[in-house]
Amino acid sequence: MRVEGKGLIDRGQEVAFQFDGARYRGFKGDTLASALLANDVRLMGRSFKYHRPRGVLTAGSEEPNALVTVGSGAAQEPNVRATVQEIYPGLSATSQNRWPSLGVDLMGVNDLVSPFLGAGFYYKTFMWPKSFWEKLYEPVIRRAAGLGALSGENNADRYERAFAFCDLLVIGAGPAGLMAALEAGRAGADVVLADEDSQMGGRLLGEVEEIDGKPGHVWAAEIIAELEAMENVRLMTRTTVTGAYDQGTFGALERVGHHKKRRGDALPLECFWRIVAKQSVLAAGSLERPVAFRNNDRPGIMTAGAVRAYLNRWGVSAGRRVTVFCNNDDGHRTVRDMLAAGVHVAALIDSRHDAETVPGVRMFKGAMVSDAGGRTGLEHVTIRSVGGEDRIQTDCLAMSGGWNPIVHLTCHMNGRPTWRESIQSFVPSPDAVPGMHVAGACNGAFSTTACLREGVEAAKRALEAIGVKAADVALPAAEDGAYRIAPLWAVPGKGRAWLDFQNDVTVKDVKQAALENFRSVEHMKRYTTQGMATDQGKNSNVAALAVLADVTGRAIPETGTTTFRPPYSPVSIAAMGAGAQGKGFAPQRFTTSHAASVEMGAPMIEAGLWYRPSYFPRAGENTWRESCDREVGMVREAVGVCDVSTLGKIDIQGADAAKFLDFVYCNMFSTLKVGRTRYGLMLREDGHVMDDGTTARLGENHFLMTTTTAAAGEVMRHLEFVHQGLCPELDVAFVSVTEQWAQFAVAGPQSRALLDGLLDAPLKDEDWPFMACGPVALGGIAARLFRISFSGEHAYELAVASRYGDSLFRELVKRAEEMGGGAYGMEALNVLRVEKGFITHAEIHGRTTAFDIGMGRMVSAKKDCIGKTMSERPGLCVPGREQLVGLKPVGEVKQVTAGAHLFCAEDAPERENDQGYVTSVAYSPTMGRMMGMGFLKNGSERHGEKIKMVDHLRGIECICEVTGPVVFDPEGGRVRG
Amino acid sequence: MRINCPVCGERDRREFYYKGAAVALERPAPDAGEAAWDAYVHLRENPAGETRELWYHESGCNGWLVVTRNTVSHEISGVALASEARS
Repeated sequence: MRVEGKGLIDRGQEVAFQFDGARYRGFKGDTLASALLANDVRLMGRSFKYHRPRGVLTAGSEEPNALVTVGSGAAQEPNVRATVQEIYPGLSATSQNRWPSLGVDLMGVNDLVSPFLGAGFYYKTFMWPKSFWEKLYEPVIRRAAGLGALSGENNADRYERAFAFCDLLVIGAGPAGLMAALEAGRAGADVVLADEDSQMGGRLLGEVEEIDGKPGHVWAAEIIAELEAMENVRLMTRTTVTGAYDQGTFGALERVGHHKKRRGDALPLECFWRIVAKQSVLAAGSLERPVAFRNNDRPGIMTAGAVRAYLNRWGVSAGRRVTVFCNNDDGHRTVRDMLAAGVHVAALIDSRHDAETVPGVRMFKGAMVSDAGGRTGLEHVTIRSVGGEDRIQTDCLAMSGGWNPIVHLTCHMNGRPTWRESIQSFVPSPDAVPGMHVAGACNGAFSTTACLREGVEAAKRALEAIGVKAADVALPAAEDGAYRIAPLWAVPGKGRAWLDFQNDVTVKDVKQAALENFRSVEHMKRYTTQGMATDQGKNSNVAALAVLADVTGRAIPETGTTTFRPPYSPVSIAAMGAGAQGKGFAPQRFTTSHAASVEMGAPMIEAGLWYRPSYFPRAGENTWRESCDREVGMVREAVGVCDVSTLGKIDIQGADAAKFLDFVYCNMFSTLKVGRTRYGLMLREDGHVMDDGTTARLGENHFLMTTTTAAAGEVMRHLEFVHQGLCPELDVAFVSVTEQWAQFAVAGPQSRALLDGLLDAPLKDEDWPFMACGPVALGGIAARLFRISFSGEHAYELAVASRYGDSLFRELVKRAEEMGGGAYGMEALNVLRVEKGFITHAEIHGRTTAFDIGMGRMVSAKKDCIGKTMSERPGLCVPGREQLVGLKPVGEVKQVTAGAHLFCAEDAPERENDQGYVTSVAYSPTMGRMMGMGFLKNGSERHGEKIKMVDHLRGIECICEVTGPVVFDPEGGRVRG
Repeated sequence: MRINCPVCGERDRREFYYKGAAVALERPAPDAGEAAWDAYVHLRENPAGETRELWYHESGCNGWLVVTRNTVSHEISGVALASEARS
């Protein structure tokens, strides 16, 4: 029911929205919860387990009951708290966890069998038969118990992430937070003030209270206006600081677009912030806790502070005949405000015998509410006092069991809160988070004056820590009442009294847990599920552990709390991972020949983050194999062109560059002549092969190292580590030039002719033997040429500055085609290298040694190098290890498959008979057969032997002859020719 | 988590690559014997308390750093360039 003359909503702006298909109207400034209450809608959800009818309990982000689904289809968002969702024109929300409708929920049958569904029920009941769990029990339970559902469609909403840096982060913009921000702002510090509400002011918006003679919300608006005018202060509304992390880092979720109708605009839905603050002030406030009594979950039973907030902020009376039940003076304010607004208050029930008398209302002192009636909405309550029982007709019960400081963030770095007897709750322990100063209600200071004062003091401590001179901020006059409370957690009596509304955990469940010896609070939590799901026990933790303490005969501080972990309130995965979806997760790296390759119709395949052409199809070719076989033939018989720019290129310079290379490579590089290139093998310190590649000596103190595409980053890190960490005295420096040079292989018998036609000066035989390198020029452009080969053919690699890559590739391909060749892709490249027995990371996969790949003698005896000592361990270089071999199918089946295992021909293909495995396979058009590379026990001694290859996955068995790894031109005449 | 790189200043941990204990800086001589090499390559402490560990400022200056960090409090009490931190 809307109350005239109350509230901070804009009554000039009506907003139409829908809930469960019905049309309603609210005002700008309403939340879904306040607007529904204004329309006398009390039933907003069904409970998790028993499907009990539920209404709104709170007015904030801690809401456990009123969870709804907003929107539909791909944008559908479940478990939105109606207390947080602002209404906008066209908002459509639906209730959850009910079937067929909220009013008639057939799953409500769970409530009737509730005696069997208590704590631990699942653990005990659905034990056997074992197979039933996955197929029957779990699906049924999951359907019956639950929250909202996702659409299953891809979410097209945009999410963002952002970073912010400040001197002081103020968390919460109530009286304490505003004063802290004002103090720091006036002092000139860089301030971020974050508040999860749409409007700053905190409790001041929900209370009738004066500061400096003005209504609290007016005072707050003036402070906010002053802060807004400061360039050094950033105000962030709808922003929940969700976690406190190391070195002053905070996570924060800004709900950017949830309060707007989003249709195709560029606004992100949410933004996840990482805020780095030198100091912080926590002014997060406190949360009111319910009292457990029989049927205390009826729709219409709310926290007393929420009832006040709905009245004072949103101009809504949550009922027409309101009752108040409390154990502290704060509940009396609800009576006062409701009466002042002309709402009928049926009774005030205060559990304290010595409670102060409140005029104008029927008051029960030393009494408790022992039961509540009304199936889908509260109708009456039963009051038990010394004089007996009374029943009172009421449609709204405002209850207050006291206030719990929001200590969460102070516990995110292992801090444990301290019990404070005077407020019957936990407060943050001092210095729980480095650089964080706690102020106001979250510090257990409940009067407005105390909040204002603590805000200023906290800011001053923070400013002192960062060496900023404090400003002069006068403390405004405000209410300074004492907070008096007598503990009351659960009203004794029969029936189910709810502690955790969201998980349907009752006092009985907690007692049951203790009875079954789940006495530790962490065990109780997991056994009963108390404190889980979206509210994470914000409404129930303290009361539940008070009940546990009582049952186990311990004091509350002795019982302790469960661990508070980030996030404070739910954060969608999409927001946390913003920017890391799709291409953001795996950015694409394109070579300079990418566009030309795509134009030629080449399918592009991923190689790490790179994209490389698989093959270049020509007219009449229907399969990749046809194209691949042709490309191999081109290289073997004419000339092929292939972009090899993705290989890592590291420029190495310095007086000690050669000495350094001797240390990182297992073979010798200091003996390499200028203008020559050498193949190098790099080991890890544990003696296994790390990477391989060629390194060219461009000058006396200048080398260019190439790495495999996959290991480019790893090798760069390794070089820097070896230099900085192990031999910083050496004069050598590295820079990655992978992106700076476009490099193309020109391979085949016609390669020399092609280059001679292209380069400014033809190559001289005596200057360009195999493995030569040096500067060349083409079209007046400086280039580098390397006579190296990954195909076994007479070949070169030509490198130019990247900006010339595209035109050079096109020119090379054009000339190659004129000579009967053309471009070749990864498939052909692979076939060519398998024919030659060249290794890739399929072979040097991290468990192979130089000995295993037949390069044991490359480990120089004349010098130390990384990995040398450990590579000499007896187990790493003995016959009997699996060694690199070639495999030639000789039986009826001619198919060799990668990943297949090798067995002696007469052995059963079982694990204990395993002799090795296949690493690389290809069809060799040159040899006209399949070929494989693999590792075989003692393989170098077994050439000529027949071995059985078994691919258990694909069901293939093939008899192979063991050969050397090199299939084609084993003498290497072609490469030198 | 923030690391105060001696070259670049304080940066987010996402700019860094983690390697492990700073023991990796104490490479034994080739003839130091099996036990020394086993310890160097394979054996690592797992202390609850102060550790010296290697971080690489991969998205920054490429500097290898020795970070002294408490595994319980996560407090970082010192950051030095690996090239200057060897004992």
